[in-house]
Amino acid sequence: MSAGRVIPAGFFPATFMVTDMNKTRTSGRTIGGLRTLSLQAPAVSLLFLWMIVPLAMTVWFSLQRYNLLMPGMTGFAGLENYEYLFTDPALWSAMGTTLLMVGWVLVITVVGGTLLAVLFQQDFMGRGIARVLAISPFFVMPTVSALVWKNMMMHPANGVLSWVAESLGLPAVDWFSSLPLTSVIIIVAWQWLPFALLILLTAMQSLDEDQVEAARMDGAGPIAIFFFITLPHLKRAISVVIMIEMIFLLTIFAEIFVTTSGGPGLATTNLAYLIYIRALLDFDVGMASAGGVVAIILANIVAIFLVRMVAKNLES
Amino acid sequence: MATLELKQITKSFDDTHVIKGVDLEVNDREFVVFVGPSGCGKSTLMRMIAGLESATSGDILIDGARMNEVGPADRGLAMVFQSYALYPHMTVEDNMGFSMRLAGVSKDKRREKVLEAAKILQLEPLLDRKPKALSGGQRQRVAIGRAIVRNPSIFLFDEPLSNLDAALRVQMRIELARLHEELDATMIYVTHDQIEAMTMADKIVVLQSGEVEQVGSPMELYHHPRNRFVAGFIGSPKMNFIDVELVSSDAEGVTIKLPGGETRQVPIDGAAHASGGALELGVRPEHLVLDEQGPMEGRIQVLERLGGQTSLYVQMGDNLLTIMADGDVAYRVNDSVRFGFSSDRAHLFDADGLSLAKLHRHPLAGLRRQDNRAPSDTVDQ
Ligand SMILES: Nc1ncnc2c1ncn2[C@@H]1O[C@H](COP(=O)(O)OP(=O)(O)O)[C@@H](O)[C@H]1O
Ligand SMILES: [Mg+2]
Repeated sequence: MSAGRVIPAGFFPATFMVTDMNKTRTSGRTIGGLRTLSLQAPAVSLLFLWMIVPLAMTVWFSLQRYNLLMPGMTGFAGLENYEYLFTDPALWSAMGTTLLMVGWVLVITVVGGTLLAVLFQQDFMGRGIARVLAISPFFVMPTVSALVWKNMMMHPANGVLSWVAESLGLPAVDWFSSLPLTSVIIIVAWQWLPFALLILLTAMQSLDEDQVEAARMDGAGPIAIFFFITLPHLKRAISVVIMIEMIFLLTIFAEIFVTTSGGPGLATTNLAYLIYIRALLDFDVGMASAGGVVAIILANIVAIFLVRMVAKNLES
Repeated sequence: MATLELKQITKSFDDTHVIKGVDLEVNDREFVVFVGPSGCGKSTLMRMIAGLESATSGDILIDGARMNEVGPADRGLAMVFQSYALYPHMTVEDNMGFSMRLAGVSKDKRREKVLEAAKILQLEPLLDRKPKALSGGQRQRVAIGRAIVRNPSIFLFDEPLSNLDAALRVQMRIELARLHEELDATMIYVTHDQIEAMTMADKIVVLQSGEVEQVGSPMELYHHPRNRFVAGFIGSPKMNFIDVELVSSDAEGVTIKLPGGETRQVPIDGAAHASGGALELGVRPEHLVLDEQGPMEGRIQVLERLGGQTSLYVQMGDNLLTIMADGDVAYRVNDSVRFGFSSDRAHLFDADGLSLAKLHRHPLAGLRRQDNRAPSDTVDQ
């Protein structure tokens, strides 16, 4: 993955823990008369420590009175931080924003990636170069791509989009103030579309050409082939794309930080950005940690469903 | 009724000419086999007939109508692929009914037709399975069933048995022959295996590097190969070739001088080669006979005992010859053997590899496959 994707403490490993637990449940079995648990123990304990230490610290901080602006007020707070958090309208707004962002980016990247994969599978002049170009946005750092979009694409005065609108005789749009969430979604989708394309294109290449020809002989046109042959073939790859993207999309930060700073108001503040606001703008470590724990729980709920779905898909 | 005619068909991929002008007629209800070494263009030719590949030039006629511009689904053909090409996410029933589903046939009607085909192929218990849960032979049958359901005028098979093990291959071969009779359909079958061609075909088309070498019934190709390539390709083990010299030729045949110096007369028309010169004698392993008084001699290099038969690999000069002998011959490796050949089974080839015509046509050369049956079998035809 490219550099600079910010992941809150304890968040990422915890998401994977669900997968780990599924595995360790079966690993106590004997394979060829050998108990494998002791052989796995070093690796599993290392991963466990890697996950549990930040997680435990986050949970501990979330139960403390810990605000850097008020050094005198320390001590055990119980569930006070959570109480404040859950009565804070910003939390619910941030959750909604997070889900909207994740949902729309997933829709755009999966649908767009599938269509592009089909397109790039066709034979045409310069296909190799076109593929590389289409995939390259993924290798641009999020901060950089957000800056490029902000200053060169969506700038109301000298951005490419307003130039296009102008030449069509339409009014220029001030993207980040009138359509803030849409703008962020567009930027993030632009970054993740190549990832979906890369995975799906690879999957496309394993599609048996004979199957397509058999379908042609059976009377299937391009659309029928897409829905009856290509799409079922891509099902697994699509579920993998959804799972991996979701893990990263839940933690979008740089794009928001660079473009809208979570605003206007809370319009583009997602959970990750809210935690940042609480921790580093309000200096309320306890409250930020509580937000982190909530994010972990949310990610795990999502992950449980996803892992189930993907595992089922991979088995069949 | 379903006939197929190819007129001067060619196919080029960029600069490589894969099919170089093929003419062919396939009659109604005929079982035609394209046979040739790998890469000779058999699949390409079949794919052009199917409409999956366009012909660079020439005409494809089905029942007399030009089909070059007609799409693969509308030619009334069905194809069985070497890889089976079953749709992995569909059940057997859905695989077989896919074409009807696309054509908008109602569910009940579809089920009825699928069941009908499944019955012919003994697939009824498997209809709810996915292809992954089937054995190779079962997948093969599903692929055939998918073709049958479409009720095509011509069936196309591209090496359908090459992914099966030997025993299953024999069984499927018999089943395909039975199917051909039951469905009374025209079938075109591609294979590189000359045994499949010999056992199933009414008519064999031998191909080499994109050109037709010979078209004929299996027995015609065996007894009257047009050239050295066909002679070597048809028949197993391969025909032996021995350099000989033409001594004289008259109405009784050609007299040739064998490597040992002895002469023999063979019933072949040598009029075109009256001036004499080098020829090549072709004798199949089963027509070389061990004989103390035989005209040729060689040393046994390898000896393969198959029980009923023994294959002797005999070095004679530069040639390694194969002799099929009785299972009980007492020879051992490195023994020297003398042998001769049955002269009316011998072939002669000129310097260009073309056969010299035989004086007598073999009585079975015109045999059709249905002639193998006793007359009582054919009453209901
Ligand atoms: N799409 C293609 N592009 C270029 N060459 C091809 C293509 N398809 C087949 N060929 C070439 O045509 C020749 C014949 O191929 P094919 O018909 O598959 O042979 P066969 O089925 O007899 O083994 C081969 O040399 C192959 O490399
Ligand atoms: Mg082939």
